[in-house]
Amino acid sequence: MSDITSQSLFELTSNIKEKKLSSGEITKAFIDHAEKSKKLNVYVTDNFEKAIDQSKKFDSNPNFDLKLPGIPIAVKDLFCTNGVRTTAGSKILNNFVPTYESTVTQNLWSQGAILLGKLNCDEFAMGSSNETSFFGNVQNPVGENLVPGGSSGGSSAAVAANLTPVTIGTDTGGSIRQPASFTGTVGLKPTYGSCSRYGIVAFASSLDQAGPMTKNVRDCSMLLEVISSFDQKDSTSIDYKRNCYSKELSKDIKGKKIGIPKEYRVDNMPDEIEQLWKNGISYAKDCGAEIIDISLPHTNYALPTYYIVAPAEASSNLARYDGVKYGFRSPGQNLIEMYEKTRSEGFGDEVKRRIMIGTYVLSSGYYDAYYLKAQKVRQLIKKDFDDAFSKVDAILTPSTPSSAFKIGEKTNDPVSMYLNDIFTVPINLAGLPGISIPAGKDKNNYPLGLQVIGKPFDEQNILNISYALEDKINFKNDISDWWLSE
Amino acid sequence: MSIDLKTVKHISKLARISIDDEKANKLKGDLNNIFEFIEKLNELNTDNVQALTSIAETTLRFRKDEIKSENIREKILKNSPEENKDFFVVPKVVE
Repeated sequence: MSDITSQSLFELTSNIKEKKLSSGEITKAFIDHAEKSKKLNVYVTDNFEKAIDQSKKFDSNPNFDLKLPGIPIAVKDLFCTNGVRTTAGSKILNNFVPTYESTVTQNLWSQGAILLGKLNCDEFAMGSSNETSFFGNVQNPVGENLVPGGSSGGSSAAVAANLTPVTIGTDTGGSIRQPASFTGTVGLKPTYGSCSRYGIVAFASSLDQAGPMTKNVRDCSMLLEVISSFDQKDSTSIDYKRNCYSKELSKDIKGKKIGIPKEYRVDNMPDEIEQLWKNGISYAKDCGAEIIDISLPHTNYALPTYYIVAPAEASSNLARYDGVKYGFRSPGQNLIEMYEKTRSEGFGDEVKRRIMIGTYVLSSGYYDAYYLKAQKVRQLIKKDFDDAFSKVDAILTPSTPSSAFKIGEKTNDPVSMYLNDIFTVPINLAGLPGISIPAGKDKNNYPLGLQVIGKPFDEQNILNISYALEDKINFKNDISDWWLSE
Repeated sequence: MSIDLKTVKHISKLARISIDDEKANKLKGDLNNIFEFIEKLNELNTDNVQALTSIAETTLRFRKDEIKSENIREKILKNSPEENKDFFVVPKVVE
């Protein structure tokens, strides 16, 4: 049997059910590995002691009918966990211990999973490199001083470094798919309304979705099946029949029509990404899919639209952090001074920048010129996809315009940082499902991903296409354990 | 158009985030770069486009108006920055 921590969720689950491994053994293996992997800085808060207790409890009375029987899982620190500190990577929530549980994490525990700990992320999920976290940057296991992507950077690094079998992240503009691409892992953003937002620290409510981050496509289907559910507690949760994604997973994509949008061939895109995309197209053809050229004419307007809509919603959502009811407080002579000092000291620079943008575009006299305009362009972007999906079943694009970059390389230039999400943002604006799978490497041997975009609620189809492509691509993430300490 | 220092200070006031002059100047630069990038939207004529207000295209559900939670006062006050078992404490508001 291979090393425990390098096994997939599917393997671990089978080994537990066949009593070849116990939950206690598995949990201990991941904790031991984490103790030697502190250099990566993936954990904000660990839950190791409780996890050991819970694994023993599972082993003494195991239920093998569950979908995640005794499986230890670490989650992004944006999900509220009852009794376990939840920071959203921010100083302002540094001491916050929720008294309730998010629906998606509750779904994990209800299926037998055990919380290993809370994973680092960009502050309030605002960032593409995990460098905005109050708890410091995360190292990408792929190479030293390389960003793991963001905002779910602790999550992507943890999966790639075998510190958790699988994890869940959140994706507002690419925060699952971009880090997955940077670390050679799989990440799926479901259709808006598929996973409940209840108990997830809100960033931009019309864009936020939780989703699985895993080593491979099969694990991704297994995890999606657990976390996706209708929830009364989220007013935008959608009541529809969800598939048994892992059962219906199939490599048969013969006759599927896959669209290739010409607008995703952006200026200065490295040749290796162009080549990666071409390889993906030819693999899809080998699997019997039909390739169709399509146009998404408003692609270039997606990022500017996003940088109005997301900060506007964020400035409104983050108004709640005022030092009154929970979180960090800086004392002041009067109430207003307390608010201003609390928010000034409690938020980091990127979060302040976005609150300022959002406040400006929603302020009197500017609402029509910016916010309303953006909502109209968002309609055009959505219509592009509606038109495309009348001709094709799915769309294939690169996940990111580059591979992982060095820590510190883009921190002084917000706009160049934002450009990272050029291929992922349109999907959030249109509320569609998208998945990034590892598809190759660049000249530095850093992973690169391909993205498959689907129709609303058609996660099964993009999982199947990814499953077929994964088989052809046969990606190997040969990561050396450079970060390990004794 | 460009955002001047006075506007930056006004927005920071609206956002209830105090900033010193050095930060305000830095923010002025960042915000102008970002808005230059955002101005691209003005290339598009959107006169006859309906604004997208909900991506899910569903109407909000009604539910029965029922009390579901037990007494959760303690839970609500648990993370209060200044300890007090009955109330949230803030600086004096009424003189």
